[in-house]
Amino acid sequence: MKTIMGHFFGLFFLLPAIVMGSEVKVPHVAINLGNQVVLQKGARTFHNYCAGCHSVQYMRYNRVARDLGIPEKIMKEELIFSSARVVDTMSSAMHADDGKKWFGMPAPDLSLIARQRGTDWLYAYLTGFYLDESKPFGINNTVFPNVSMPHVLAPLQGLLEPVHDDSEESANHHGASANFKMVKPGLMTPEEYNQTVKEIVTYLAYLGEPTKLLRISLGIKVLVVIFIFGVLFYALKQEFWKDVH
Amino acid sequence: MISEILQRSINWIDVRFPVTKLWKDQVAEYYAPKNFNFWYYFGSLAMLVFANQVITGIFLTMSYKPSAAEAFGSVEYIMRDVPWGWLIRYMHSTGASAFFVVIYLHMFRGIIYGSYRKPRELLWLIGMAIYAALMAEAFLGYLLPWGQMSYWGAQVIISLFGAIPFIGEDLTIWIRGDYVVSDVTLNRFFALHVIALPFVLAGLVVAHLMALHEVGSNNPDGIEIKDNKGPDGIPLDGIPFHPYYTVKDMVGVMAFLAIAAVVVFFMPSLGGYLLEHNNFKPADPMVTPTHIAPLWYFTPFYAILRAIPHKLLGVMGMGLSVGLFALLPWLDRGAVKSIRYRGWIYKLFLSVFVVCFIGLGYLGMQPPTPVSTMVTRILAVGYFGFFILMPIYTRIDPTKPEPERLT
Repeated sequence: MKTIMGHFFGLFFLLPAIVMGSEVKVPHVAINLGNQVVLQKGARTFHNYCAGCHSVQYMRYNRVARDLGIPEKIMKEELIFSSARVVDTMSSAMHADDGKKWFGMPAPDLSLIARQRGTDWLYAYLTGFYLDESKPFGINNTVFPNVSMPHVLAPLQGLLEPVHDDSEESANHHGASANFKMVKPGLMTPEEYNQTVKEIVTYLAYLGEPTKLLRISLGIKVLVVIFIFGVLFYALKQEFWKDVH
Repeated sequence: MISEILQRSINWIDVRFPVTKLWKDQVAEYYAPKNFNFWYYFGSLAMLVFANQVITGIFLTMSYKPSAAEAFGSVEYIMRDVPWGWLIRYMHSTGASAFFVVIYLHMFRGIIYGSYRKPRELLWLIGMAIYAALMAEAFLGYLLPWGQMSYWGAQVIISLFGAIPFIGEDLTIWIRGDYVVSDVTLNRFFALHVIALPFVLAGLVVAHLMALHEVGSNNPDGIEIKDNKGPDGIPLDGIPFHPYYTVKDMVGVMAFLAIAAVVVFFMPSLGGYLLEHNNFKPADPMVTPTHIAPLWYFTPFYAILRAIPHKLLGVMGMGLSVGLFALLPWLDRGAVKSIRYRGWIYKLFLSVFVVCFIGLGYLGMQPPTPVSTMVTRILAVGYFGFFILMPIYTRIDPTKPEPERLT
């Protein structure tokens, strides 16, 4: 009885952390913003599977085209599925009220999702869907319990079912370390799917801060200039201070 | 030829405005002690950061929109569509924290070398007014990005005024201009942030410098260089501020810029300490975040507020923790000014104070637990003990004799 009470209270205090989502510990996944091919592939998957519902309202199509090395003509033909022009911001066709009606909440804008949640969390989230008959869409998520988004990438990943293990260890390690088995394979192997998710996450990281690569490369130059001036001013100071005893 | 024209121009101005006199009095013939060390960089650095905030701030206001509907989007517009907007914004957001780093180190310098002691009490008080204005400025500015933490941070801090008896609730409505933080609040915070407080700050900085140049700078030995003057009336241990300290401060400026550039260009969010993750989510009055904490520069005082279980007493405790700095000139009864000649008792209390200040700052950022609340209370006792016991321990402190001249 004591243990049950203990679990109950443990859950009670864990609840805010679980609800927050981002508080759940997720493994680190390395991404490389400098790889344009990965970004282009991520953009393709994103605009085919995500952008129907999710806006990226602070980014413009032509900015993405320029930064990712995609010709504007191809951008228009392959990545813009609405009447939007390339100079427009990337808004989804789904109305917020419809989102609320269909899913319980509007699909969030994803401009800054990588800065808010972090790329590790996004990777864990997009690879964390599993079958759960108790939910409206029959789907739940390991890092975002009771998520209202359906598993849009299921045709690619397939469907996973949790392998129940009642030992205490798996109960404590919520989600992340639970075992799953594939009950309906998708178009991709697990490795291919993980790579695809990594591409999407890399693209989302780019969308979160499109100037990041410029920022870092400029920073190195700025530091070199500061260093040179630092040496000059130090020499000047030594020269002036020679006569102070 | 050119120098002759220049000299004649200056003469023309001097007859009408004391430009040469000002230059001599304030810079070229302002004699500063020759033994300034590392701790003496932070005054000029504070002015540099202030200038940075003003200049980047002017450019931010050209594209920022102070309305609840547009503020968040306009910041992202600056970050993405305005040429170099991201750099200006990061310089401003990093500059805010840099300002507090520099000011805290500047204040710490004043504490360890007794710079607040007679005849510099008013100089210290003006400095405290600058610190108070800076805290207000930072708090007002933090609402402007209109993210979740902006919104709820403002909500929490403004609600503190509600603890004041009788007028509290009305006061909070007066501050917000609404029953909750809203578009009205954002608009007035913008006005105060970009006009009212920068004016106050600039005026106080001028007053701070005038007071400093009237009494003269203290130094790491805590003795007055004006007590030993040469036959020409110039302090024997003094050197003209220009060129000696202008050129030396430039070395400090470069070192500071290097550190600031590392943050601005390589880690502008600093792991969520400068730009919080939750502030990349637009303000949502319907969803209260589970954990609300101010940015790091307020957390020592915020920790004290949280650790006191009574709301009004908590607010008073927090106010006291900031306000006690202003009383230092009268709390300190030491025979010497500088830590160099203080005894072990003072050094012990000061060490405890530093540990408590940093510890409180850390705990103030964390979600409270029963254990951390207990630790916070212990640290708060150490923090207040430094001030309240100061008249006693500085008097019984076994000090060493001060030197006649600078060492």
